[in-house]
Amino acid sequence: MARIPTICPFCGCGCSFYLVVHDGQVTGVEPSPDNPVNKGMLCAKGWNSYEFVHSPDRLKVPLIRKNGELVEGTWDEALDLVCSRLIGIRDSSGPDALGFLCSAKVSNEENYLFMKLARVVFKTNNVDHCARL
Amino acid sequence: MAGLAAAFGSGAMTNSINEFDDADLFFIIGSNTTAQHPLIGSRIINAVERGSKLILFDPREIPLAQFATLHLRQNFGTDVALLNGIMNIIIQEDLHDRLYVEGRTEGFEELKKLVGRYTPKVVEQITGIRSSELYRAAVMYAQADKAMIIYAMGITQHVTGTDNVKTLANLAMLTGHVGRPSTGVNPLRGQNNVQGACDMGGLPGVFTGYQRVGDPAAVKKFEDAWSVSGLNTKGGLTITGMMEAAHKGTLKAMYIMGENPLVSDPDITHVEQALSNLDFLVVQDIFLSDTAALADVVLPAASFAEKEGTYSNTERRVQLARAAVPPPGQARSDWEIIAGLCSRLGLAADYRGPADIMKEINALTPSYGGITYSRLSAGHGLQWPCPNVDHPGTVFLHREQFTKGKGSFLPCEFKPAAETPDDEYDFTLTTGRIYFQYHTGTMTRRIDLLEREAPEPLVEINPEDAKKLGIRSNDLVELESRRGSIQLKAEVTPRVPKRVLFTTFHFREAPVNRLTNSAFDPVAEIPELKGCSVKIRRCS
Repeated sequence: MARIPTICPFCGCGCSFYLVVHDGQVTGVEPSPDNPVNKGMLCAKGWNSYEFVHSPDRLKVPLIRKNGELVEGTWDEALDLVCSRLIGIRDSSGPDALGFLCSAKVSNEENYLFMKLARVVFKTNNVDHCARL
Repeated sequence: MAGLAAAFGSGAMTNSINEFDDADLFFIIGSNTTAQHPLIGSRIINAVERGSKLILFDPREIPLAQFATLHLRQNFGTDVALLNGIMNIIIQEDLHDRLYVEGRTEGFEELKKLVGRYTPKVVEQITGIRSSELYRAAVMYAQADKAMIIYAMGITQHVTGTDNVKTLANLAMLTGHVGRPSTGVNPLRGQNNVQGACDMGGLPGVFTGYQRVGDPAAVKKFEDAWSVSGLNTKGGLTITGMMEAAHKGTLKAMYIMGENPLVSDPDITHVEQALSNLDFLVVQDIFLSDTAALADVVLPAASFAEKEGTYSNTERRVQLARAAVPPPGQARSDWEIIAGLCSRLGLAADYRGPADIMKEINALTPSYGGITYSRLSAGHGLQWPCPNVDHPGTVFLHREQFTKGKGSFLPCEFKPAAETPDDEYDFTLTTGRIYFQYHTGTMTRRIDLLEREAPEPLVEINPEDAKKLGIRSNDLVELESRRGSIQLKAEVTPRVPKRVLFTTFHFREAPVNRLTNSAFDPVAEIPELKGCSVKIRRCS
């Protein structure tokens, strides 16, 4: 059994807890007793936050729309297609024909890299997220 | 955020969560704290039980109401008038902090002149709050030693959202209630990393740390660090602007990471048309959300439990999370996916892990300068501003002066909501959140216990209105606005005042954003999700 520190994925309180891991599966949470934010407590969402991690509905393979249907593809195929389409639209319609929505759910490092990609490669400042919602 | 940044020079929560324990008075407006920020809600309840006072402004009888010293139920969308009225009383009664106003602020005379027109009688007409109660609230707030204003989207999701925030900042400065422990203005941020996404430049006008894309010095700094030339110096589009541009056909492609605008955004019929109009849509997510189902390419991402990285909470605390398990199937961390795209597109991205990316953030972002992985893994996070590795982080902001120097009074006139009830659409529908569900429900609706407690959407209606319309609890009703209609069950409850309905946006089977109005605040471009006009009828 392992206990891995993490931050709750829901609201902005930023409660800290440990994910309890048995045989590669997250089986529960233990709130962090000495964290100044939650001091060993969690709400009902926090206590149960691990449950969706192993949901059978998780996306596991890149999907690509072909003949109107989303079908499984490889990472190389998906990433190459994203690059060629975004570059093609930037070249034909200009940088501001592209829009990038980063996320209030992913990490700081990921948001940083995403806005860097938009600003450096695509030269657009059309970068936003759901802070307004 | 725009309102607070204009008044104080920083848009973030001025205090820390621990400071809630020692406040003498909470002034809560537009925050259903126990539902949306439960661990902060419980701090407030505990403090009130130890003797702190609580003034609550909310048209609904939210759970905090039973702990409130004073609960005032203002008419929907009248906060600016309400707050101007409180300031008028404070000035009339000479309860403002003259030393603070003179020493630390500018613009007092304009404020005094404007709020002077908001006499208790005028305010009562607009807000429905009796003058005796307004007096009580004004005196309690002004005379408290350590007073914290707390707000959330009940303040910001209005066409006057920025005015609402500026007016709260005016009130706090007038009474000297900013810049001390347990004393300040505290916008509670809704998502675990919404503060961080803003801090990291996930906004159209700024790089990391709110360095402006139009500032030549900032542009030069980022161009040098990124080995690039010709960065775009015009501000870009907000999410609201992007949807509009997609609708018109000028925006042709979108890359959406971990967001679900097809459920979360106002007037989703319009959003649906906008997204369908795109030539190319990429969605990166952990589930096939309604938005992902429309995409041309869907990239499977790792969840929080499967990756390392930092998150910045509502009190500006940056905390480190570690990976507990590997991602399912071929799913990858978002940073790995983006780095893969960067490499393909000729942008060097040979990061060994998120710690390497953080080093780049440290070097480019003064407020994050000292927030390193080695410090984060040794403690419980660091609160920005934290400019260097010897800095302990900042518990509360604006200690001796405001971030911008002097605080600015920015007086605002009351303006009504974009849509007000008429003969046909005769109810105000307001939207919000409940304790057991979260945002568009992609995560919480897959958790059995939460789904057992709150399995279906309900619309709250006042007993008197319900009686007139022949609606009983659990009856199926139809709500219709100028933009669309949905069906869901009714809950007859005095929690809502007459002529007001309340429901949430958690349930995709009754997507309330079919009804909401995309009219938005002209500065922040935040839509008026807190109110639109609807009619209601019982389905036969």
